[in-house]
Amino acid sequence: MIDLQGVAKSFDGTEAISPLDLPIRPRATTVLIGPSGCGKSTLLRLMIGLLTPSQGKVLFDGQPMSASALAGIRRRIGYVIQDGGLFPHLTARENACLMAQHLGWPEARQVERLDELADLTQFPLDGFNRYPVQLSGGQRQRVALIRALMLDPELLLMDEPLGALDPMIRHALQDDLRDIFRALNKTVVMVTHDMHEAAFFADHIVLMRDGTVVQQGTLEDLLDRPADPFVSAFINAQRQELGP
Amino acid sequence: MRLVVLIACLCLSALSAHAKDQIVVGSKAFTESIILGYVLADIALDAGFDASHRPNVGGNRVVFDAALSGDIDLYIDYTGTLTRETLVGQHLESDAEIPAALARFGLGLGPRLGFNNTYVLAMRRDAYPEITKTSDLKDHPDLRFGFSNEFMDRADGWPALRRVYDLPQTDVRGMEHELSYRAVASGAVDVMVAYSTDANIARFDLRLLEDDRNLFPQYDAVVVYRLDLEDRFPGFVDHLNVLTETINDEQMRDLNATVTLERKSEQQAAAAFVSQRLNLNSADIAQSGFWARLAENTLNHMVLVGISLSAAIILAIPLGLLAFRKPRLRQFVLGGVGILQTIPSLALFVFMIPLVGIGGPPAIIALFLYSLLPIVRNTFSGLMDIPQPLRESAEALGLPGGVILRRIELPLAARSILSGIKTAAVINVGTATLGALIGAGGYGQPILTGIRLADTGLILEGAIPAALLALATQGLFELLERAVVPKGLRLPRANAGA
Repeated sequence: MIDLQGVAKSFDGTEAISPLDLPIRPRATTVLIGPSGCGKSTLLRLMIGLLTPSQGKVLFDGQPMSASALAGIRRRIGYVIQDGGLFPHLTARENACLMAQHLGWPEARQVERLDELADLTQFPLDGFNRYPVQLSGGQRQRVALIRALMLDPELLLMDEPLGALDPMIRHALQDDLRDIFRALNKTVVMVTHDMHEAAFFADHIVLMRDGTVVQQGTLEDLLDRPADPFVSAFINAQRQELGP
Repeated sequence: MRLVVLIACLCLSALSAHAKDQIVVGSKAFTESIILGYVLADIALDAGFDASHRPNVGGNRVVFDAALSGDIDLYIDYTGTLTRETLVGQHLESDAEIPAALARFGLGLGPRLGFNNTYVLAMRRDAYPEITKTSDLKDHPDLRFGFSNEFMDRADGWPALRRVYDLPQTDVRGMEHELSYRAVASGAVDVMVAYSTDANIARFDLRLLEDDRNLFPQYDAVVVYRLDLEDRFPGFVDHLNVLTETINDEQMRDLNATVTLERKSEQQAAAAFVSQRLNLNSADIAQSGFWARLAENTLNHMVLVGISLSAAIILAIPLGLLAFRKPRLRQFVLGGVGILQTIPSLALFVFMIPLVGIGGPPAIIALFLYSLLPIVRNTFSGLMDIPQPLRESAEALGLPGGVILRRIELPLAARSILSGIKTAAVINVGTATLGALIGAGGYGQPILTGIRLADTGLILEGAIPAALLALATQGLFELLERAVVPKGLRLPRANAGA
């Protein structure tokens, strides 16, 4: 689906990502996790071409992410960020339909797709006419997800999608999100710093530190066969936070 | 937006109506020059030429430049001004060399009008009747002198007066010119310096002292005209000779008094002069009433503001966008419009005259340049202030740059851009009053005339509408904000629940 080959990224001479290879598995949920500043968000932004690698290449469906191919590729990727990234001057509907409108979808098709996605994400239909400030944090995140899924993309990239939410809402949305991922059976790459969240969603976990991949595998791999003392330390630190 | 374009079109068509197939008389921004401007126009009209008068074109330099550029065809100047200021670079030895010097600029010297508007010493009529000429002053060492500050400072003023007439007086003080009339009238000082055609000489009933050693230069009033007038309007230049030696100092003083003391208009004073002294028919004078004047000034003012602001909006928003998109050009664009703002407005007006003439166009260009900074800056900062996550979300959707600009960036920056336009508009309404300095009309016109005639009512006739227009502009933009700033940005934040 998406394949990072020898990708490195530096900002003003400081290396944020050291050269790494990372093939993303299709139809599975991959979680990028690590302490803040480890490069996980940078990696995600490289995947959607918001950043271009300093070295190496990013392949989407076997095709390199050139400037000319980028617009087409982005329509096949949904992208959701921490606080939704909704445009405050547009209603929920306008936010969700921005791209479909640009592509000239007929009104009926837009409505039909919105209905489907509202149903999937459990977003109330009357909320579509509201502006982002009139929605709760959880609802905004649902609209952001609807916007990302509007064109039925093959790949969904999510950067701390639950990061800005209250614990209660977060819990409810977390369950809904997993159901959605299962129902859609899409390729998902999610960034989080929360081990519990990673364990909840991931088919495959990629643990990062200082711009490198420390270990990747299932939760069990990380728990039972840590590649590095850091892996255990990172997991244990979060376990203690969670309590017994 | 459509409204702005419509206003701009209306304004442009109003301006272009000034086609040039007539003799245009100009005048400097003081009463005497304006009266004589109307006299010249009346003479032309009487002789069957199509003529108009642009009063109040500006100061010395502005009027001369206007004649050079062809915005005006003729005006009244003074020989002393020509030799000592306007043509000072030509180093003229005597007045006889003026015609040749003017010819180098394509200008000609017309008839002398007869009066000499120069410095003259003045005393109260009833004090020291034995003093009739300047050299008599030497015998009265206790006299108190009160001279205008300018006269005290000029090399050809008090220092020269003292040297040439060997004056012994020690009680000599500088004061404001207008004040020195009252000082003499009340006996606070004994001798002052006046201008020989000043209406106040009659008003305060002063006695003038003869300059018996010819210290003061001659400021003989003369007609200056463009040499191409003879080709364009054959016979007109010769016809001007009807004015030769028709006005002496006292008569000019009376004409000035008609306006400054009797509160007649310059046009009325001129009409009375041409009909009584030259036996010519004067043009019919429709003295415009308050409302007509107000309407005309308002229209002129709106034209200045409307065109300059519309043009500024059209250029400044793309410039702000350029500064936002191209970091390399940023300093150049923002610095450039910033520097424009530091040029004093009067200087900018005068720079424009050689390029685009006098009146509306230079004022509009200057106002346009001044309006750029607030709009460019606010467009730039409005776009820069869009949070990074929103910017990236738009890009990540795969929308093309143009669509992002139109649907995301500009609406999000709308409030900032609009407030930049509002600032520009309010400043523009105020600055446009200065346009009257170069003959652009507007609310500055009654203000300038009011200052010249010390007529507070007239000053308010310009100042109050200008202030009201600024307030109305502000109000209009606040209404416009509702229309332009997207609803989602104006809503209060909801108490977010789940």
